Amino acid sequence: MENEQSEIIKITNLMKIYDTGKIKVHALNGVDLTISSNELVAIMGPSGSGKTTMMNVLGCLDLPTKGEYFLDGSNVAKLSENDLAAIRNKKIGFVFQTFNLLARTSALKNVELPMVYAKVPAAEREARARAALESVGLGARMYHMPNELSGGQQQRVAIARALVTNPSIILADEPTGNLDSRSSEEILMIFQDLNAKGKTIIIVTHEPDVAQHCKRNVVFKDGRIIADKQVSERLNAAKVLENMPVAQWMENGNNGNK
Amino acid sequence: MEISELIRVSFISLSANKMRSILTMLGVVIGVAAVVAMISIGEGAKGLITKSIEGMGTNLLFVMAGQQKVGMGGHGMGSSQTLLLEDCDAITPATCPAVSLVAPEISKGASVKSSNKNTMTQIVGTNHLYPVVRNTNVAKGSFFTHVDVLIQRKVAVIGSTVVDNLFPNLEPVGKEMTINRIPFTIIGVLETKGQSGFTNVDDQILIPVTTFQKRVFGLNYLRNINVQVRSQDDMDLAQTQIENLLRKRHRITDPDNDDFTVRKQTDMLNRMNDITSAFTLLLGGIACISLLVGGIGIMNIMLVSVTERTREIGLRKALGATKFDVLTQFLIESIVLCVTGGIVGILCGIGMSYAISYIGNWNTSVSTNSILLSFGFSFGVGLFFGIYPANKASNLNCVEALRYE
Repeated sequence: MENEQSEIIKITNLMKIYDTGKIKVHALNGVDLTISSNELVAIMGPSGSGKTTMMNVLGCLDLPTKGEYFLDGSNVAKLSENDLAAIRNKKIGFVFQTFNLLARTSALKNVELPMVYAKVPAAEREARARAALESVGLGARMYHMPNELSGGQQQRVAIARALVTNPSIILADEPTGNLDSRSSEEILMIFQDLNAKGKTIIIVTHEPDVAQHCKRNVVFKDGRIIADKQVSERLNAAKVLENMPVAQWMENGNNGNK
Repeated sequence: MEISELIRVSFISLSANKMRSILTMLGVVIGVAAVVAMISIGEGAKGLITKSIEGMGTNLLFVMAGQQKVGMGGHGMGSSQTLLLEDCDAITPATCPAVSLVAPEISKGASVKSSNKNTMTQIVGTNHLYPVVRNTNVAKGSFFTHVDVLIQRKVAVIGSTVVDNLFPNLEPVGKEMTINRIPFTIIGVLETKGQSGFTNVDDQILIPVTTFQKRVFGLNYLRNINVQVRSQDDMDLAQTQIENLLRKRHRITDPDNDDFTVRKQTDMLNRMNDITSAFTLLLGGIACISLLVGGIGIMNIMLVSVTERTREIGLRKALGATKFDVLTQFLIESIVLCVTGGIVGILCGIGMSYAISYIGNWNTSVSTNSILLSFGFSFGVGLFFGIYPANKASNLNCVEALRYE
């Protein structure tokens, strides 16, 4: 990629304090983080470490109490609610643990959704949604409803939806949390694939195995970053899939759907 | 989000809970149907009255006994005995140049007997000019003449309802009958006019006014005088001329003490229109209450829907929906619900009004206005009762909504 070293995310001294009245909870307590384009970062940490809050702030779903957050050059810590909606729409692609597809709405229409809010004309919307679905290998299932798709397929629809607006970052919150190991590998393979094509991806996870697929691991504890390291022995999802015994996939296959 | 997309999405989410949507809509359907049907009843009554007043004749003035104050609460009109046949005779083109024809009128209920049947009906005393002035034609036989009036002849012209009651399947002209035991000869039958407002003009018997006063009821007063004016433009002139003449005859100096009232046909029309409008308003108002109840049902279901779809709202916001996007989505949904209900309700209301006119034998008229009104009203109900739930949805916190279970 060009701009190999450009900073997509620059966070300085970020604080998020939840004031419950009696006590103040410092969910984020002075976080400094810089993420460059074409990174594949895993944000890790135990429950209550602040990684979910970090994810909400990164995704512009929530505003920090203090500190600065530059996303793609603009300081989102100071934006209005409508501007944040526009940032979420154009610069961030979300992938959730529970997929969050609209029920009774075809895969194609689900992928079109962010473009509907971006006011893309209908014809272009459909063409781009088709291309995105094909890129995650669901070209044959565009008109399926979410309840007619397996968990892994639903998550792939969600990834297509995240991709389709061509965002600056893709933010995935426990994307494999509800999937069996084979579907998980397939999803991680798609992420690695996208990353290889230049996408910046941030995965929030508590599974070391998932983190091992990423290029860089950032570990949170008590609202601070306690470790930030490059992954030395990176797993290649495609290779893992190749070596995965079929029997195991069949054993776990049933867990993955719900 | 463009409007077509919004409507498409709202149909999808409404059809997800078909039974619930239909039941919710039912409230609006019933409300709108009631509004359309009730207004059509009121409008029907209005149309009927307008038709009957216009059917009375053209360029008519009515001189009535007793004073009628401005407004509705006049007492004594028609029941005073201050208007005499001499007053009627005094109103001529010579004394009041704007007047062309004059016909006196007095009426009373009486029992009428043919050879083997009897009935109660309205006896009207008038003169030979009544058919011209009141636009009433004789279908069979003839009307009585000026001479008949002068010599107090006992001849009668009867309405078609009286024919049906006294002479079913018989030729009435030339037959004998008695009015209060006084024998009369039937010389003519009036053309059928049909139910006219609240009175049936076919259920009456016309006899010479002199016969009415002297031979049958022993009276000397009139209820009113029907005056036909030369032309439409002379209505006010004729009114002044008649008022001046009668004041002179009755020795009245102050118009406030008038013992008669001159009323134009258009005044009567306006007055009756006021009454029927009030009637329509009352019926429509009652129907609107059911529409209101339907609207509250809509709000209730929309609130349930917002709660149920909290995660969806969170997701939409995460994907870039603004507050306004979410607000319009839920507003459109409640409007779609109401307007669909409104359209069904309008169809039901039209059906109901036809059923009422068919079964109840009551004229109804469905006006475009009432359809537009109820359509607009159901749109308004959707908007008004949709705002609160939609606003609630748009204000949901994104993070909490996404984690809502």
